[in-house]
Amino acid sequence: MARAPRPSTPAAPSASSVPAAGGGWQPSELQRQRLAYRRGRAVRSAVTAVLSTLVLLAVLIGAVTSSPGWPRVRETFFSWDKAKDSFPEVAAGLWLNIRVMLICAVVVVLLGLALAILRTLRGPVFFPLRMFAAAYTDLFRGLPLILVLLLLGFGVPALSLAGVSFQPVVVYGGAALVLTYSAYVAEVFRAGIESVHPSQRAAARSLGLSNAQALRYVVLPQAIRRVVPPLLNDFVSLQKDSGLISILGVIDAIRAAQISTATDFNYTPYIVAGFLFVCLTIPLTRLTDWVARRQGWYGTGGGAV
Amino acid sequence: MPFGQAPADGPLLSIRNLRKSFGTNLVLDEVSLDVDRGDCVVLIGASGSGKSTLLRCVNLLEVVDDGVITLDGVDVTDPRVDADRVRSRVGIVFQAFNLFPHLSVLANVTLSPVKVHGLPRAEAERRALAMLDRVGLSDKAAARPDELSGGQQQRVAIARALVNSPVLMLLDEVTSALDPELVGEVLSLLRELKDEGMTMLIATHEMGFARQVADTVCFLDGGRLLEVGPPAQLLADPQQPRTRQFLARIIEAGRL
Ligand SMILES: Nc1ncnc2c1ncn2[C@@H]1O[C@H](COP(=O)(O)OP(=O)(O)O)[C@@H](O)[C@H]1O
Ligand SMILES: [Mg+2]
Repeated sequence: MARAPRPSTPAAPSASSVPAAGGGWQPSELQRQRLAYRRGRAVRSAVTAVLSTLVLLAVLIGAVTSSPGWPRVRETFFSWDKAKDSFPEVAAGLWLNIRVMLICAVVVVLLGLALAILRTLRGPVFFPLRMFAAAYTDLFRGLPLILVLLLLGFGVPALSLAGVSFQPVVVYGGAALVLTYSAYVAEVFRAGIESVHPSQRAAARSLGLSNAQALRYVVLPQAIRRVVPPLLNDFVSLQKDSGLISILGVIDAIRAAQISTATDFNYTPYIVAGFLFVCLTIPLTRLTDWVARRQGWYGTGGGAV
Repeated sequence: MPFGQAPADGPLLSIRNLRKSFGTNLVLDEVSLDVDRGDCVVLIGASGSGKSTLLRCVNLLEVVDDGVITLDGVDVTDPRVDADRVRSRVGIVFQAFNLFPHLSVLANVTLSPVKVHGLPRAEAERRALAMLDRVGLSDKAAARPDELSGGQQQRVAIARALVNSPVLMLLDEVTSALDPELVGEVLSLLRELKDEGMTMLIATHEMGFARQVADTVCFLDGGRLLEVGPPAQLLADPQQPRTRQFLARIIEAGRL
């Protein structure tokens, strides 16, 4: 058989992987000795890891807390009372970050996919669309996000254009995030589309599917699955960058923390906001790792399409 | 089940003075060839001689430089012709199977009937299951392509091409990627198709198969159709020195 074995994480040889002695099989004396040896090694490794971690932590904590500036650092950055005080506002601000991130993520995916598809269109009729998509991605991948934020958040309202009704600042902030991230995500999708072997398209066309049908039913489903890990990575980044809308004066987690610090120059609220952001991104990062590991494409068998 | 047996005059497929190049590389040079209804025509020739390109031209996957291809009396090289319509009447099977890995076996076979021919899903699935049964794989309908052996995948690819009731089947080295013990199952399927009256144009290195099944064998060399004849004559008593050389190499490789 020509098939390669499925890529799967090989089970580490461990004592527990010994098959139950169902068919009357008993491990030989030699095998029992090997297993005992491996078990012993495993226990020793675990103990060593725990001990070395504890020692390192103790040394670090000792070094930091015994340093002369530590009491002031603790008071300014790690004040428990200040943390409790500022937590409600910062958490309420974070809820805004989460909503901005979720809404932007949906729009970014749709817009990015549309841009990527525009760039794959062939034929002279589509030349302007291809050019537009290419120029768009080049522009917004090159512009610093903060510049787009400032231009949209302060520049556009200042124009007070006729017909452009007043929008809350957060809308401009979200728009800036969408403009920048859709350019990135379009490139991710385009790479995914190009990674599908041309023979797949040829097979689809040979069955009578039109170019658009081949894209819709054969190329895109494969492309999208392949780019899920890099896309999730971009969303981790989007989640963090949603904090940048605070420069427009939107009261998000960071802005709320800033307001709270302004009263007494205690910076603990920033630590609180940072802690909350990390708590948000860690699950998404772990999800990305998990999807990437599970993927390997051929390992995804099963499940309806 | 009879295929493409509508009585009409003239060959089903007629190729006249076909030219195709990639850049400066002339790959098909003035190729002319007729395939009659119900005939099995086998293309042989060294790797790079243009067999695949010829098949891809017939299926309009490549745009020809010059020459005319007529299918069932219709000039399909006319740029005004609806290429998708033509392709849906011609089945092609590739060396590398090219199944859609994200779809189940059944969905691979029903994709074209549903999306191209507008069949209701239930009817498409009924036909697809009948076709999978035909190639001996009805029990694999729910499997993913990567769960099948190479021979099984290739039989699915053949079922996928057959489900549209094509008038012509193009088969491009469909056994070349298979382990020797899996070649037989695919070749015997092709033999059955031939017995049922399917018109086929086959590129292959399986000379034994060519001798038993082909009505005509064509030797392609450097893009030119050097020699055409019945298998008994062409394989046993080739007229051209190049053909003799090629066959001698094949015999050395133990394939005849
Ligand atoms: N898409 C392509 N672009 C450029 N050259 C090609 C392409 N496809 C085939 N060729 C060239 O055409 C020649 C014939 O190839 P092919 O038809 O695949 O031969 P065969 O199937 O007989 O092995 C080869 O020299 C190959 O390099
Ligand atoms: Mg070939």
